Amino acid sequence: MAEKKKHLQSIHVPHNKNTVECETERMPIPDFVYISMSQHIGAPCRPLVKKGDSVKVGQPIGDSDVPMSVPIHSSVSGIVSGIEESRSDNGGKNTLVVIEADKKQELWEGIQAPKAGSREEFIQAVRASGLVGLGGAAFPTHIKYNPKNIQDVTTLIINGAECEPFITSDHRIMVEETENIIDGALLVMKQLGMQEGFIGVEDNKPDAIAALRSMIEQKGNPNIEVIPLRSRYPQGAERVMVYEVTGKTMDAGVLPADLGVILSNVTSIAFIGQYFKNGIPLIAKRITVDGDAISRPANVLCPIGTKIADVVEFCGGYKEPPKKILMGGPMMGRAIFSDQLPVIKNNNAILIFAGEQAWVKEETACINCGRCYRACPFKLMPTLLSSAVKRRDAGALERLKVMQCMECGSCSYICPARRPLSFNNKLGKAIVKEAQSK
Amino acid sequence: MENKANDTLIVSSAPHLVSEVDTSRIMGTVILALVPSFFVSTYVFGFRVITLTLVCIAACVTLEYLFNKITKKKQTIGDLSAVVTGMLLAFNVPSNLSYIIAIIGCFVAIVIVKGLFGGLGQNVANPAITARIVLFLSFTTQMTTWPLPRGQQTADVVTGPTPLGILKGANGVLPSNTDMFFGFIGGSMGEISAIALLIGGIFLIWRGIISPIIPVSFIATVAVIALAAGQDPVFHVMAGGVMIGAFFMATDYATSPILPLGKLIFGIGCGCFTMIIRLFGSYPEGVSFAILLMNIITPHIDNFCERRIFGGVKS
Repeated sequence: MAEKKKHLQSIHVPHNKNTVECETERMPIPDFVYISMSQHIGAPCRPLVKKGDSVKVGQPIGDSDVPMSVPIHSSVSGIVSGIEESRSDNGGKNTLVVIEADKKQELWEGIQAPKAGSREEFIQAVRASGLVGLGGAAFPTHIKYNPKNIQDVTTLIINGAECEPFITSDHRIMVEETENIIDGALLVMKQLGMQEGFIGVEDNKPDAIAALRSMIEQKGNPNIEVIPLRSRYPQGAERVMVYEVTGKTMDAGVLPADLGVILSNVTSIAFIGQYFKNGIPLIAKRITVDGDAISRPANVLCPIGTKIADVVEFCGGYKEPPKKILMGGPMMGRAIFSDQLPVIKNNNAILIFAGEQAWVKEETACINCGRCYRACPFKLMPTLLSSAVKRRDAGALERLKVMQCMECGSCSYICPARRPLSFNNKLGKAIVKEAQSK
Repeated sequence: MENKANDTLIVSSAPHLVSEVDTSRIMGTVILALVPSFFVSTYVFGFRVITLTLVCIAACVTLEYLFNKITKKKQTIGDLSAVVTGMLLAFNVPSNLSYIIAIIGCFVAIVIVKGLFGGLGQNVANPAITARIVLFLSFTTQMTTWPLPRGQQTADVVTGPTPLGILKGANGVLPSNTDMFFGFIGGSMGEISAIALLIGGIFLIWRGIISPIIPVSFIATVAVIALAAGQDPVFHVMAGGVMIGAFFMATDYATSPILPLGKLIFGIGCGCFTMIIRLFGSYPEGVSFAILLMNIITPHIDNFCERRIFGGVKS
């Protein structure tokens, strides 16, 4: 089943995995953490604590009754010093629970390794762990693991591609927490009644592939296979991964479960492995800190809610005034407006640039070279889409299937005229949605 | 101190990395690919090849600069596309053409065909091809007075017909295929040496600048039709502008189809029109007309070959 000859179109981007050898360093607890109440797709949480409350490590401090949400836990022990309104990285409003850490890091009494007898119990435990898709999408995991057609789901795909340049946090997990990954995978497969598991890893991480394979052997060769994938961008995108591993075509808006697969990131799976051992919820995150403006590139395990400025300071501070700070990788990550924002669950990198890549390049005329056509994994036609966006032609945009675009950025990356094609598709999707809602 | 770092921050949409290949680098690679042909031409026709090429490049760049200036557009000479047009135009005329006529050609290419249609990427037809056709029809004598190559000139005979002209009935002896391969024949400056153009073309394919589909289908069609007509296919491929046309003119991004199937149709079309003109037309050579005709129907070819997008079938 994993045999497949045809690949989707892809591009080569420089890997820049400078921190690949950097073992994860545990960051000291900062004086204050700023824990966002909106760390997943879906409804934001409402704070369960108020100013002056004392909290312990792993204590739930935010939750919501809405199904599409996940509880949020304190990453430190200390006193709640305030509930603040602030602006989030995407420009929206956000509530932050600010906790002054007492640095004792006392564990909350409620913490214990969860029992997972039935599937319902397992799903409940996954929700209680605070887990969201750690590959970047922050989709609540307990919803992903609870599809309507669970009996049709046969395959677990674990995404260890990590195709974004610079980022190595998944890679470090695969090397440092190999056992948790395999344990987590076996648990998920058992609980959800899946017969087979695949771990897709780009072939530029041979040590991770070897570590995973030898761990599978140690565990008595269960039905989990490591699939080396070509080191091409965007190998780690969900729909690309499903295609490259199973050969199945997955449309935008379709759940992988409809194709009989569930796809999770290695970091999510490793967390499940750890959580069902010691019951400590999602309170810390491995983050790659890199870029030409950081003094000491590193992989850092930092408490959720740590201010980016504190992480930067731990990494030796700025080498020169930063021009761009990215949450996530350079291809799909978000440029943020302030280093005062806190780390959230689905952060996997903070990249800080001062050099040329920080600048927005000047756009020139399209020369019709067709590079974007050859780059798009889904064979969209970015030049036609961008002229349809200019005309605000919702019909043409729909016919050209703009909704299939996953905004991987390959077209913008490859464009010799520096046109923001991927961003244009984002606009195109908004135009189509607007037309549909009329 | 707190917000010192934030004063300099830029917020922009992803991706935050772009490939190093930009328009001027693509144009630079094309210029590099034309260099072998330039050297052979200089060797065969002498010093005037250098001055005429430089005049054409200078004229094209200056005209583009002035056009942008007068129409108050953003300056675009940095993308080097005017240099490529100048070089290609020079390569498509005899080496003894007067500078004035060459500059008129540059004006047609840069101002009329390119600038007035909206600049780089917006032109309907290839500027150098169209300029060459305009010069050919306006200054037919000057454009068809071919200097003889080095070694064949005598005290009183310095010009002679091209191989295709001889084939069409002009006085002269057909050159050997070896001479044509290396370029010791009469003709436009840059089109004579098959080997030099082949080196440049393969270089462009290797660097990923052009796809091999158009040149291969163009050349193959010419060879097949020549064979079917009972003529020497090797001769037809190396004679006239087939090589320079197939590798450097028909592959122009703006005026050729974007998808592989379209490129195939385009290449075959160029080959067919070239051979129809050569075999049945009154002109000895048809490459420029063939490419121009195909340029014009390129948008229709593109519309014809819309491709299947990933997914889109609801299960």
